[in-house]
Amino acid sequence: MSIKLTIMEQMAQIAREHGKKLAPLSDDLVLLESGLDSLGFAVLVARLEDKLGVDPFTASEDAVFPVTLGDFVKVYEHGAH
Amino acid sequence: MAPTETPALRQRLSDTAPERFLFDRSERACYTHLAHSTCLGGQIADLAGKSVLLATGSQLTSGLALIELDRVARRITILPPDAAPEHFAPLIAGAEIDAVVVDIGSVSEFYDIPLRVPASLYLSAADELPAASLPTEWVMLTSGTTGVPKMVAHTLAGLTASFAAKPQDPSVVWATFYDIRRYGGLQIFLRAVLGGTSLVLSSAGEPVAEHLARMAEQGATHVLGTPTHWRRALMSPAIKKISPRYVRLSGEIADQAILDGLRAAFPQTGISHAFASTEAGVAFEVSDGLAGFPAAYVGAVRDGVEMKVEDGSLRIRSPRTASRYIGGDARLADKDGFVDNGDMVEQRGDRYVFTGRRGGIINIGGQKGHPEEIEAVINRHPQVRMSLVRPKRSPITGAVVVADVVLNSATGDAEAVKGDILTLCRDTLPRHKVPAAISIVPALDVAASGKLARRQG
Repeated sequence: MSIKLTIMEQMAQIAREHGKKLAPLSDDLVLLESGLDSLGFAVLVARLEDKLGVDPFTASEDAVFPVTLGDFVKVYEHGAH
Repeated sequence: MAPTETPALRQRLSDTAPERFLFDRSERACYTHLAHSTCLGGQIADLAGKSVLLATGSQLTSGLALIELDRVARRITILPPDAAPEHFAPLIAGAEIDAVVVDIGSVSEFYDIPLRVPASLYLSAADELPAASLPTEWVMLTSGTTGVPKMVAHTLAGLTASFAAKPQDPSVVWATFYDIRRYGGLQIFLRAVLGGTSLVLSSAGEPVAEHLARMAEQGATHVLGTPTHWRRALMSPAIKKISPRYVRLSGEIADQAILDGLRAAFPQTGISHAFASTEAGVAFEVSDGLAGFPAAYVGAVRDGVEMKVEDGSLRIRSPRTASRYIGGDARLADKDGFVDNGDMVEQRGDRYVFTGRRGGIINIGGQKGHPEEIEAVINRHPQVRMSLVRPKRSPITGAVVVADVVLNSATGDAEAVKGDILTLCRDTLPRHKVPAAISIVPALDVAASGKLARRQG
């Protein structure tokens, strides 16, 4: 499964678990408007580390602040290489 | 405070019934023989009036030396097996140590202490014993996870107060997973020696199955350990070999799952869980098979012990409380004499349950959770034997909760079990306490104190 699909699948799953309504996922979706709150994103990052073997936010020396879902996916695609 | 006019430990051994022993994996020591022999070569008299560090590698040798040093040494500081060498210097200075008892298993030579006395299990006749002098100060180390352990001073009278008045049953054979160089283990050791009853000790590095087999061989009737010790014991087929009349858990939170697990393994056995700490002493014991303790205990005086709950933590005032800390100027009790051990409780109906330790709180984006309360929920899953909840650093909330889980058997679909556990957590816990990730692991680290090894994440 591609990194992007894994991320989208996990977002959907966490939204279900947390009882949140997820906005339609697209590259230009602003993360803050996705429906997941900060705990949801914290869980997403922990789960993705489990699935993808990388936590690009903690591993990076520079602070990374993705704004859109597309940015977020790029951070992982970059981190996985 | 506690009365001090008690005879020396060694004096009590002379009227012990024959064929009562202290056992470890390879040796045994007979009480009646111990009454007039020594493990310290010819040097017991040299230790009179000294502040002695007891630093043997062997647990059994420590026990023999304790019997000899009571009412001979001015102070005995008992070094637990997992004490960190970098803490030795401050401990030696703080307790004004001027003599040390060592054996071939000691972790250090302690060359900087003026008098070094070797101990061994090869006993020799003790013809001339030093006269019993003033009561010895017994010093135990706390098992805190960080920094130099605190040194907690007790008297023998205080250490034995919870059982001194109880009738001794000569048919009892004690067995313990605890090390006698910690508070919980020392209680059992003193109870066995004073009652003239046999005691089966563990040995360093001994597999659980062998220890259980030795308990069975000696006919252990009363078996004691932490909930973690018991979870490991229940994972061993050798658990079927023992048939104790009484089992007890203390030292960690006894959750409902481990109480139920022991009940299933030992349908006819008295099962109780106790609350005790190095500083506060033994506070209470509960034997109704339910986790926590009756809310009515708080505010009442029971068996000389008073409890109150303040800022969420349980406070104990009792004649068994330690006298003071040695070295430093930390206060052991508040102005009213209550000891706060940092054990957090919560009232649920007519019961108080322990939720965790004050220092172990995980902060998840400003919302807090105790690892132990989450473990208690995970442990309710029938396929879970034990679990460890820990914080994982998160770039978003500072920390999230993750769980390492040991299953009863390796068979089955691990992913399905993980899903089940998550569902159980989601149905029971607020969202921030639900683990973000669960890992199935073959085993969890256990510290020498018998408690789950918790690291700061």
